[in-house]
Amino acid sequence: MSKPKVAFNWASSCGGCEIAILELGVKLVDLTKKVDVVFWPAAMDFKYSDLEAMPDKTIDVTFFNGAIQNSENEHIAQLLRKKSKLLVAFGACAYGGGIPALANTTNREGVFKHVYKETSTTDNPQSIYPQTEFKAKEGELTIPEFYNTVKTLDQTVDVDYFVPGCPPVVEQVSRVIDTFVSGNLPPKGSVMGASDKSLCHECKRVKGDRKITKIVRNYETIPDPERCLLEQGVICMGPATRGGCGSICLDANQPCRGCYGPLPNTIDQGAKMLSALASMFDAENEEDIAKFAERVPDPIGTFYRFSLAGSVMRRTKQ
Amino acid sequence: MSKFEPKIVGFLCRWCAYTGADLAGTSRIKYPPNVNPIRVNCSGRVDPTLVLKALTIGADGVLIAGCHPGDCHYTSGNVKTLRRFKLLQKMLDQFGIERERVRLEWVSASEGERYARIVEQMTEEIRQLGPLGWKAKMEALA
Repeated sequence: MSKPKVAFNWASSCGGCEIAILELGVKLVDLTKKVDVVFWPAAMDFKYSDLEAMPDKTIDVTFFNGAIQNSENEHIAQLLRKKSKLLVAFGACAYGGGIPALANTTNREGVFKHVYKETSTTDNPQSIYPQTEFKAKEGELTIPEFYNTVKTLDQTVDVDYFVPGCPPVVEQVSRVIDTFVSGNLPPKGSVMGASDKSLCHECKRVKGDRKITKIVRNYETIPDPERCLLEQGVICMGPATRGGCGSICLDANQPCRGCYGPLPNTIDQGAKMLSALASMFDAENEEDIAKFAERVPDPIGTFYRFSLAGSVMRRTKQ
Repeated sequence: MSKFEPKIVGFLCRWCAYTGADLAGTSRIKYPPNVNPIRVNCSGRVDPTLVLKALTIGADGVLIAGCHPGDCHYTSGNVKTLRRFKLLQKMLDQFGIERERVRLEWVSASEGERYARIVEQMTEEIRQLGPLGWKAKMEALA
């Protein structure tokens, strides 16, 4: 039997998911014994024309990382869908939008203005912004169109499996790849490489009375490494986030930021976290409760850090 | 042009607000028919997800109504609602949803008149704001 053909692609993301695969280290050498890598632009010299030249359904599994933020991302997602038997949304960006989807709190104009004009290291007195077409003396140049709204892979093309994480931890990556090689696959639409229980379930910290007396920002405190972070007032996304990551952030005395996405049967990680957090406020009357809410300066950025595109609201009004 | 009729989803707690709404009906109090009531066991059961979901699938507003603080059938469900609501309000500001569209009110079983006035006021305020039309707005911003 011939080896399964595998592809990796990188859309709108930081590249950390590519590193997560490289992190397999020596196992990567074993991997090439088990599979044929037919497309992996980040690691080897492949061109989109190579992909276009393949007959449909040539690739057995494509691991697609990154959100869909421009017309190139969308085009490649559609192309890879056509060329692959199985398409996997790999990592938080492809799964829920990830960090790029925080751009959904503004629009194209807002992003461009910030990036090409307002950042303190930018000097752009003529207010030059990217254009999709430019007529040069030598001919017309084009670049992909930047979208107002970041989408998940699933909102763009049909997706078979989801692997959460920013990035997925190496043990889980290894396990997921082994599952594909074994051919013993879960039902379509499953989340792979993660637990079905919340991070709190595997967190070793001691939980007490589940009350918050004051919300503290991460930089304002060095939390007790033995006790539940939420009870110490640090917003930890554990209750609303899938486990399976090995609670590495918590071991480093940092709160969970939610990169493993929503729990099974929940559709909105942010709303669930808001609910869990607010119910712990140690306040009974309106005035005291309002003080707690004031201590959360950016609810969307906190509760939907990795899942805004995939959430119920998807984006803000403007 | 016909007058815009806001579509409001009302999550009413069965012990107080829903009974209060019932009283408004049996007392023949006149009030706008714009709230579609959903009976829930406690306002504390109203997950913020439900509010967001309602707004994204066609509601122009959401009314959550429960027992007055101290009167909760389950002791403190309504206090939990209030805690969530304060934070939800702040998040809805970020999403660009006007405050008038999502309200939390306390209505006891004997306050049929109060329920009717709340619905009247809320309907009028949302009528002034116009339709939310979240889905169309999202599609326009693809």
